[in-house]
Amino acid sequence: MDRFNKVADYAIIKPLFFDGMTLLFGGFGGVGTPPTLVDCLIESGVKDVHLIGNDAGFPWIGIGKFVCLKRAVSLIASHIGSNPIAGELMHDGALKVEFSPQGILNERIRSGGVGLNGFLTEIGKGTLLAENKPLVTIQGKEYLYESPLTGDLGIVYAKKADTFGNLVFDKTARNNNPLIAMAAKTTIAEVEEIVDMGELDPEEIIVPGAYINYVVPTRGINWKWIWEMQGK
Amino acid sequence: MGDARQIIANRAAQELETGMTVNLGIGIPSLIPNYLDPSTRVFFHSENGLLGFGPAPRVNPDWALSNAAGYPVSIVKGASYFDSTTSFGMIRSGRIDLAILGSLQVSCNGDLANWIVPGKRVPGVGGAMELAYGAKRLIALMQHCEKNGQPKIVTTCTLPLTATRCVRRIITEMAVFDIDENGLTLAELMPGFTVADIRNHTEADFALSDKLNAMHHD
Repeated sequence: MDRFNKVADYAIIKPLFFDGMTLLFGGFGGVGTPPTLVDCLIESGVKDVHLIGNDAGFPWIGIGKFVCLKRAVSLIASHIGSNPIAGELMHDGALKVEFSPQGILNERIRSGGVGLNGFLTEIGKGTLLAENKPLVTIQGKEYLYESPLTGDLGIVYAKKADTFGNLVFDKTARNNNPLIAMAAKTTIAEVEEIVDMGELDPEEIIVPGAYINYVVPTRGINWKWIWEMQGK
Repeated sequence: MGDARQIIANRAAQELETGMTVNLGIGIPSLIPNYLDPSTRVFFHSENGLLGFGPAPRVNPDWALSNAAGYPVSIVKGASYFDSTTSFGMIRSGRIDLAILGSLQVSCNGDLANWIVPGKRVPGVGGAMELAYGAKRLIALMQHCEKNGQPKIVTTCTLPLTATRCVRRIITEMAVFDIDENGLTLAELMPGFTVADIRNHTEADFALSDKLNAMHHD
């Protein structure tokens, strides 16, 4: 692979997905989830996937489209409220869901992506989410230990990339994408625009290309947002 | 009498002061901007990575510029975009002056339950635990009782907790309560309600504020 030209097509990407993999996905309620890579994941036919991301999307938006196919066996997320089918699968035992407070979840992903070994926090103490988590006492004060998260593959969405994989994001579509991009063994970035190296201002780059393995051009959002469906 | 949710949001809007950084939760808190005095200038924080959002744009909504519920917003001068760890770093480290969250139950010592009804609704916790932990001031909004009349301001929460001892004020359509180390104090009555009404619809014991005490003895 040419380290300075990571631009790929979906035929190269599809075989990267595999049964039983742990997949990290970017996005917040589908905003910033890479639409063409989700379709590529679905078309790949893989199953028994372990998912890590902010939420379960909506049934027709973002990772929600994949979750509804019952080919994910577990999900670590902060909420699934916008995807009732994910809730049903959880109740039926078909999808194992681990809830993590939103910012803690992102720090766990960050920890995995930056070569650290987790961290201590008071968030969640005295709640259901403290169950099964190690308690650590330091100078008389109790903290929960939060473990780092990593994965086999990461899929992210960005506004612009150069061929090295340096990424620039788009307003609130940035959300957890920079963290996801760092935490997977192999990261694929779906982007709106691909430019030559040297065309991005180094000051504006949010994720350095060292974290990115493949860059693919997006085919665009192919779902209706919830606000597009109301009052019409 | 108007819709209880609108009454609560209208009263809660008075809690915002110029200069504050404010996070509004989903549900009743999201109605607050409709009642905000235009002269009150605050910065709204959104968990998905935006500080300084404004009303929904009338034309050309942008899917990549949305609030935490996914609805398009605009930005105000001085707004910034950032990733999710920066967003929650701001929350946990006390940079949010005021968080206003919807609630299912609040106890007399300020314990908050607002994320799960076991066996019924299990939507997940989202950012509530961190807002409860880190915001400088936390206000809980809820209708005073369940639809079946069950009080929601209780001695001990029966629902799983979001965080302990975090709520400083409760606003319902019937009353405003304050919570400090001494427990629960009835601070204000909403129009049309008496102290007796509040006692009949509140499980937890509460004191009367000095102001209400004075009125009560007149």
